[in-house]
Amino acid sequence: MALRVGCVAAPGRATENKTGAWRVFKPVFEPEKCSRCGMCAMVCPEGCVRETEEGTFEPDLDYCKGCGICAEICPKKSIRMEKEEK
Amino acid sequence: MAEVEGGGCELFSAGHRACAGCGPALAARLILKATGKNVIVVAATGCMEVFSTPYPETAWGVPWIHSLFENPAAVASGIEAALKKQGRNEKVVCICGDGSTLDIGMLCISGAFERGHDITYICYDNEAYMNTGIQRSGATPYGASTTTSPAGSCSLGNPRPKKDMPAILAAHGAPYVATASIAYPNDFVQKVERAINTPGPCYIQVHTPCCTGWGFESGETLAMAKLAIDTGLWVNYEMVNGVVEKAKKVRRKPVEEYLAKQKRFRHLFKPSRRDDVIAQIQAIADTNAERFGIDIKRKESSE
Amino acid sequence: MLEFMEGSHAVAEIVKRCRPQVIAAYPITPQTHIVEDLAQMVANCELDAEYITVESEFSALSACLGASAAGSRVYSATTSQGLALMFEVCFNVAGMRQPVVMTIANRSLGAPLSIWNDQQDSIALRDSGWMQFYAEDNQETVDLHMIAYRVCEDHDILLPAFVCFDGFILSHTYEPVAMPSQEEVDAYLPAFTPYQRLDAANPLSFGMYATPEYYMEFRYEIDRAMQRAKQAIIRAGREFGEHFGRDYSALVEGYRLDDADTALVAMGSICGTVKDAIDEMREQGRKVGLLKIRTFRPFPAPEIAAALSGVSTVAVLDKNISLGNGGAVGTEVKAALYGSGAAVYDYIIALGGRDVRKRDIAAIVDLAEKGKGDMFYGLRTEVL
Repeated sequence: MALRVGCVAAPGRATENKTGAWRVFKPVFEPEKCSRCGMCAMVCPEGCVRETEEGTFEPDLDYCKGCGICAEICPKKSIRMEKEEK
Repeated sequence: MAEVEGGGCELFSAGHRACAGCGPALAARLILKATGKNVIVVAATGCMEVFSTPYPETAWGVPWIHSLFENPAAVASGIEAALKKQGRNEKVVCICGDGSTLDIGMLCISGAFERGHDITYICYDNEAYMNTGIQRSGATPYGASTTTSPAGSCSLGNPRPKKDMPAILAAHGAPYVATASIAYPNDFVQKVERAINTPGPCYIQVHTPCCTGWGFESGETLAMAKLAIDTGLWVNYEMVNGVVEKAKKVRRKPVEEYLAKQKRFRHLFKPSRRDDVIAQIQAIADTNAERFGIDIKRKESSE
Repeated sequence: MLEFMEGSHAVAEIVKRCRPQVIAAYPITPQTHIVEDLAQMVANCELDAEYITVESEFSALSACLGASAAGSRVYSATTSQGLALMFEVCFNVAGMRQPVVMTIANRSLGAPLSIWNDQQDSIALRDSGWMQFYAEDNQETVDLHMIAYRVCEDHDILLPAFVCFDGFILSHTYEPVAMPSQEEVDAYLPAFTPYQRLDAANPLSFGMYATPEYYMEFRYEIDRAMQRAKQAIIRAGREFGEHFGRDYSALVEGYRLDDADTALVAMGSICGTVKDAIDEMREQGRKVGLLKIRTFRPFPAPEIAAALSGVSTVAVLDKNISLGNGGAVGTEVKAALYGSGAAVYDYIIALGGRDVRKRDIAAIVDLAEKGKGDMFYGLRTEVL
């Protein structure tokens, strides 16, 4: 694809980079314990925690780097970090 | 319930290359929650710029410009002037690291604030030049080990306290100056909203712990930010026309609880305890507490 | 109709007519009259621009970059130490392909500190990606500003430009100048339409970083734009002639060069003195001519070679020195004439505002014809 003048780019291409491949640990969400406070979605540095139809939350494992902030912040301790089997 | 702007599309998208658990990455998302789409972001060279814009992969869904390390405030001044001439109303927001803001960018930020441009300048403070490998900046706290202020047999680490940038910019006549922390994300979002809607040059310094640079587990980023506030080493406050209002009150914890959890302060504990330095750091926290009135007073028993 | 005015004032008048929306400038001798005049025009509502009284030249060009990226035509002016302070931003502006036009009132660089004229300042930035135009007199200075905006803003070019005029010699002297009317300038220079801009309606990221996978190609693209700029300058200069009756369709201009055996090569106001010296030498039967370089970047190497093809001796006058390697113009002219068989000599002259007289030009011609060159001309040996 031809270079854009001035090293400029339109939005969107970052999502081609699937940072989920970086993970060592992955978050496991337990919706039955979820209080629907939304903090996990708010504090994810990737912005890859999304709301489900039921109003609970789930990670987008294409991008989740497994940092564990959501697990640490969850007031109901409904997220745990598990070593991922590759 | 957390809401995202733009019908479910994050304005700061995933796929950026920040470390897992990056404090500044979270700050970027929160800033754009506050501004929405009608913003022009001016970035400095640094972690956030590098991890979010390797050509052609940009994570920014809003207009964004990066020029140099030290000039975002000057670039923003020019953008603000151009928008004024063109009759446009996008908010101009600088998002720059502590090195860019407190050190190399002092010239431009001082000029922009003195001239009173209608811009918002947000400094994400991870307390060192992180992108280049954790070197000391004017925001590095007293006693922290960085690669250019390393702890050693004849050094206790960084020998200087944090430069008081909010006070400096308040002294320039900035109508609104605030400190914030990603530990309190809603508070930060509200402060950004207030800043962008206050005419004139406004400044927010947001504490964004860096797991890689400070040496703690990636999941602990927000816990570390909260501990900084709980010990009084970071104070969340607002200054309106130079007068401090609303400092966040805490039941203060001893600084040791914060220092013991970070590799950058490990030299204060191993190979032997440096109680003298820990006491000096405690004194900084005590001074902050006094200055901003952050201690929740225990009820006096009446006699 | 000709008006008698100070060079700096003429610059301010033409810049006003070019309708910049944002001006960011910092005062420095000998450019101050330009920025003062523009400030007064803004203060009197004669010029509808935002005037940013920046805190340094570094900030001036940074502010211009921001305003340009946001879609406004911008202007700044500087010289010498101020231009040196802008060094980092100059490379940035060119790399970001912003069409900034900046007047350089050429002045020497310290140390030692000097406020007087030479061309070291702009020449030292010849690698930066900025086009460079050198004016012989204040009419050229005025005209080159219009041409510069027109070429810079061409979507096929998108490069910034220095319009250089010699500090004090041109900036502070009064000359008769034909100042076009606003309508005439508007007819030649339409409103700025940016190729791309910072705009919430169409978000873009400007100034991303380029890995080794991309960086070379970005730099190649800038160089190609510089090469294309030659034709754009020629076209804009020809159209300028059609609008105003003064033709600028050549990157270089010969004066009494056609049958010359010896040619001087020079840039800027010194050309006026050289032309007068040539007229005197011609009267004595010496076949001397001048090749004036008006566009230094992009460097018109083939045009120089073609213009000097019949000449056997070339004396390049350099109001600059690349310390350790002679004058920059001389070095580049020698490269352009490589293989031509001409004897090419370089003379470092007039540094730090030292005066140049017609007899100095004649003396240099003598030296060149005797095969003596590649030297500083006119050193005060008594102080060495």
